[in-house]
Amino acid sequence: MDIQQCRGRILIGKPGLDGHDRGAKIIARSLRDDGFEVIYTGIRRTPEEIALTAIQEDVDVVGLSVLSGAHNELFPEVLKALHQAKGGDIPVIGGGIIPEEDIQHLKELGMYEIFTSGTPVQTILNTFREATEKYRQRKHKII
Amino acid sequence: MNKHPAFVEWKETVLKKTLERFPERQKEFKTDSGFPAERLALPEEIDDKYLLKIGFPGQYPFTRGVQPTMYRGRLWTMRQYAGFSSAEESNKRYRYLLEQGTTGLSVAFDLPTQIGYDSDHKISRGEVGRVGAAIDTFADMEALFNGIPLDKVSTSMTINSPTAILLAMYVVVAERQGIKPAQLAGTVQNDILKEYIARGTYIFPPHPSIRLMTDIIEWCSREMPQFNTISVSGYHIREAGSTAVQEIAFTFANACTYVEAAICAGLDVDVFAPRMTFFFNASSDFLEEIAKFRAARRLWARLMKERFKAKDPASLKLRFHTQTAGYTLTAQQVDNNIVRVTLQALAAVLGGTQSLHTNSRDEALTLPLEDSVRTALRTQQIIAYESGVCNTVDPLAGSYYIENLTDRMEQEISALIDRIDAAGGMIAAIESGSVQRQIEESSYTYQQQIENGERIVIGQNKFQETKEVSPPVFQINKFIEENQVMKLLKIRAERDNQKVRKSLAHLEEAVRGKENVMPHVIEAVRCYATLGEICDVLRKVFGVYEETKGY
Amino acid sequence: MNDIDEIVKGIYLKEPRAIGRAISIIEDGDQRAGALLKQINAKNIQESTILGITGPIGTGKSTIINQLIAHYRKQGNRVGIVAIDPSSPVSGGAFLGDRIRMMRHAMDKDVVVRSMATRGKQGGLCAAAAAAVRIMICSGCDPVIIETVGVGQAEIDVVRLADITILVLAPGVGDEIQMMKAGIIEIADIVVVNKAECPGADSLFMELENVLHQRNCTVCRVIAREAYGIEKLAVFIGVIDKERRKSGQFTNKRKQTRETEIIDYAIEMMRDELRRRLKEYPGNYTGDPRTIARKLIDDICIAELDTSKRNCPEVFL
Ligand SMILES: Nc1nc2c(ncn2[C@@H]2O[C@H](COP(=O)(O)OP(=O)(O)O)[C@@H](O)[C@H]2O)c(=O)[nH]1
Ligand SMILES: [Mg+2]
Repeated sequence: MDIQQCRGRILIGKPGLDGHDRGAKIIARSLRDDGFEVIYTGIRRTPEEIALTAIQEDVDVVGLSVLSGAHNELFPEVLKALHQAKGGDIPVIGGGIIPEEDIQHLKELGMYEIFTSGTPVQTILNTFREATEKYRQRKHKII
Repeated sequence: MNKHPAFVEWKETVLKKTLERFPERQKEFKTDSGFPAERLALPEEIDDKYLLKIGFPGQYPFTRGVQPTMYRGRLWTMRQYAGFSSAEESNKRYRYLLEQGTTGLSVAFDLPTQIGYDSDHKISRGEVGRVGAAIDTFADMEALFNGIPLDKVSTSMTINSPTAILLAMYVVVAERQGIKPAQLAGTVQNDILKEYIARGTYIFPPHPSIRLMTDIIEWCSREMPQFNTISVSGYHIREAGSTAVQEIAFTFANACTYVEAAICAGLDVDVFAPRMTFFFNASSDFLEEIAKFRAARRLWARLMKERFKAKDPASLKLRFHTQTAGYTLTAQQVDNNIVRVTLQALAAVLGGTQSLHTNSRDEALTLPLEDSVRTALRTQQIIAYESGVCNTVDPLAGSYYIENLTDRMEQEISALIDRIDAAGGMIAAIESGSVQRQIEESSYTYQQQIENGERIVIGQNKFQETKEVSPPVFQINKFIEENQVMKLLKIRAERDNQKVRKSLAHLEEAVRGKENVMPHVIEAVRCYATLGEICDVLRKVFGVYEETKGY
Repeated sequence: MNDIDEIVKGIYLKEPRAIGRAISIIEDGDQRAGALLKQINAKNIQESTILGITGPIGTGKSTIINQLIAHYRKQGNRVGIVAIDPSSPVSGGAFLGDRIRMMRHAMDKDVVVRSMATRGKQGGLCAAAAAAVRIMICSGCDPVIIETVGVGQAEIDVVRLADITILVLAPGVGDEIQMMKAGIIEIADIVVVNKAECPGADSLFMELENVLHQRNCTVCRVIAREAYGIEKLAVFIGVIDKERRKSGQFTNKRKQTRETEIIDYAIEMMRDELRRRLKEYPGNYTGDPRTIARKLIDDICIAELDTSKRNCPEVFL
C-alpha cells in the first residue's frame, strides 16, 4: 500500500443547543467521500470546546452548523475562542439559516465563508478544498 | 344503494351513532354542478378482500379514516405551531391566531427550556427565546397564557425531556384560573425516543426517560383524563432525512416501546392507548404520502389488536397531527413554498389527518413573519372550504394505484418493524446507533439525488432565477435574553428559597424511589422552583445521555 | 506556529497548539519531521506507560477510554489518547468519531486527544502513531492510550506499540471467533467483556475464561457506560505494569517495539526508491517476482557500494 497524502483535516462542529444535525452530517460525510479526514464533535458543544478540539486535532478548517438562528452569537464566539487558543489563523466556514445581512457582518468578523440551506454540496466542498489548500501551504513544508 | 350486509351493519350501528351525536356540518354536500356528493363511495361489489383491507371509516381496520363521517362531521383542527422569544410575545401571537380562526394552540419552547437549562445558564447563551418561548418558572407560563381561558382551548406543547415540568406548570396556571386538571384538553409531545434518533433535545438516558414518561401517563390517566399524554412523532425523523417508510416504522417501533412500558407499569392498554396520538410529516410525493397515512392507520390498528390485545376500538384508532415538510422548503424563490405547502397539506387531508400545521413560506429562512403565517393558515382554509375534498370520505379509496401503494407501504413498514424487533427492540437499536445510521443513509442518498439532478427541486437545481430578491426576515428582540434573565433573577431573589429547597429534596427522594414524580414536580413548580433546578435534580439521579457517533 | 524550535519548546510547555502541530508534521511527512523527531527524545519515555485498546467496532472502546481518562485524571495524571480509525479505501477520507465519547473532557487541557486515520499505510501509520505517542509523553502524558479497531494487520501492528494491550469485546457485537482467528486475542494482556449488563455477557465471559486460562491473561467484566468495573480494570493495568517493570519484561518489549519501528522506517524509506527502480526495469516484469525483487535489492546495494553519488531520500514516513 501507498502512503497517502490526505486532502486535509476538518472539524465539523455544532455549537449551541439545536439538535438538527442533518446538514452537518451530510457535509461531514461528503467531505469524507471527497478525501478529507473529518472529526465531528456531536451536537451541543460550547465554542470553547470546539476551539480546543480544533487545536488539539490541528485541523485545517473548522466547519460550523447552527440552525437555531443563534449564529450571530455563536460564530463570533468560536472565532474568539480559536484566537485565544492560538488558532486564530484557522479558517472557519459556517452554515445555517442565515439572512443576507448577517452573512456580510459575519464575514467582516472573520468567517471565511457562510452557506445557507439549498447551496449545492459541491459548492461547499470546493470552498473547503480551497480553504484547506491555502491553509496547508502555510502549515507545511512538504517534500 | 349498496345492500351488502357488512355495509348495512356499519350504516346502522357506527354511522348512525355518530350522526346522532355529531351531526354533519351541512344538511347536504353538493358538487359545483349541483348534485349531491356521496358520503362514502363504494365499489359495486364488496368482497371479503375489500372488507379485510379497506373496510368502512370509523371501523376496523380504519384504512378509510378513524371517524365514519370524517370532515363532513368536523374539519381537522387547524393548529399553527408558534412560539416567540418571550412568553409575552408568544401570548400576543396566540391571541392573534385565535382571532384569525385557529382552533388549537401549539406552543413552541426555546432550546434551553427543551433541554432543561435556565435562561441564565452559560450554555443558554444566544439561544434564549430563539426558537420559541423561554420558560424558567411558572410565572413565565402564566404570562404565556395570560387572558386565555385554559378550559376553552386545546393546547399542544412541543416538549419532551422536561414534559413533567411544563405540564406541571400548565396545571398550576390553570389552578390559578380556577380550572381543574380534569377540564384541561391538549397534547404534550412527551416522545423521548425520537429525540435520540432525530431531534436531539434529550437530557437523560433512555430508561429513566421512559420512567418519567410512564409517571406522566399514569398521573394524567387519573387527574387529566382529557389530555393526550403522548404524541409519538415521525415528523422529526422525516425531517432528519428518513424515507416515508422509515418515518412510520420508527415511529411505530417507538410507540410499541411506550405501550410495553405502560403495560409493564401496570396500566391497562385500553386506558392508555386512547390517549396516545401521533404526529407525522406530509411531504411532497403526493400519492405516496396519502398511501402512507392510510397504510399507517391500518397497520397500527392491527398492531394494537393483535400484538397488544387492545379491545376498546378507541385504542385501535391512529389519530394524528400532521405538519407539512419543512425540509422541502427552499430559500430560493420563497413563494414557491406556498405551492409546496398546499400540495403537502392536501395530501394530509386526503390521508385523513386529525389536525394540521401548514408551514409558512419563509420558514427556510427565518421564524415566519405574521403575514406568512396568515397565508399558511389560509391555505388550510381554502382546502377546507373551497376545494370540495371534505365533502366525501377518503375520496381516493379504490384507485388501483393508491390501494396497491397502500399495501406496499404497509408491507415495507411492517418488515422494518420486524427487523427492529429482531435486533432487540428500539432502545437497543438506538443505543447501537443503527436507527440513526439508517436515517443518515437515506438523507445522504436524498441529498445526492438533488446534487446529481436526479431529484428536481424547482428554483434550486432547476428553473433557478439569476437574481434572487431576499425577503424580509423576522427580527427577534435583541434584549430578550437580558430581560428574561432579569426576570428570573428577580424571582430567585423574591421567592421563599427554603421552601424551594425542601420541595426539591422531596422530589429527589421520589425520583430515587418508585413514587410517581408528578405531584412533587407540581409542588416544586408552585414554590417557583425553576425548570433548570428541577432538571438538575433529575440529572443528578438519572445522569445524562451522550450521543452515538454514527457511520 | 511554524518554527521547529518553537514547536519543540511548546511541547515541553504542554501547549496544545504545539503538540497538535508537531503530530501533523510527522503524520503528513513534512520535510521538517526528521529535525523535529531528533529533538524530542524524551527522558521520561521509560517512565510512562502506553496502553493499547483494541476490539471490534461498537464494543465500547472509546467509552472505556472515556472512563479511564476520568480515573487517571482523578489521580492527577495527564493523559494522552491516540484514537485511530480506518481511512476509506475508495476516497482516502475518514470519519474520526472516537472523540465524541470523550467530549466530557474537551475543556481539560491535561487530556490530549488526537484522532488519526490509517491512511492506507502499514508501517507509516505505526511510525506516525509512535511519534504521536512520543510527543504526548514529552508533554507529560502518562499513560498514553492508543485506540484502534481490531480489524487489519495495520491496526494490530499499532497495538504492538503498547506496553499493555487490552482487547474489548461485547456480547452480540462483532464476531468474537474472528477476533480469535485474527490472533489479536493472543497479544492481549487483558480481555474486557464490556456491556456486562447485556444478555450473553456471562456466557461470553465464561467462554473466554475457558480459552484463556492457560495463558497469563486476565478477563474482566465492565459496564463502561456506568463506569462499573473501571477501577478494577485500572488496578489490573497497574499490577501488570509494575510486574513487568520489575521483571525486565517492560524494557524488553520496548526494545522489540523499537526494532519494529526502525524496520518500518527503513521499509518506508526504501519504498519510493524501489518503485523508481522498478519503473526503469526492462520489460513488463513478467519474470518471477521474487527474482526481480532480489535483483532490485542487489542493485541498490551495488549502487551504494559504488559511490554515494545519488542522494537517498532522508527521512520519509
Ligand atoms: N449497553 C451498554 N452499552 C454500552 C456500554 N458501553 C458502551 N456502550 C455503547 O456501545 C456503543 C459503542 O460505544 P463506543 O465506545 O463508541 O464503541 P467503540 O466503537 O468500540 O469505540 C455506544 O452506543 C455506547 O453507548 C455498556 O457498558 N453497556
Ligand atoms: Mg471508538
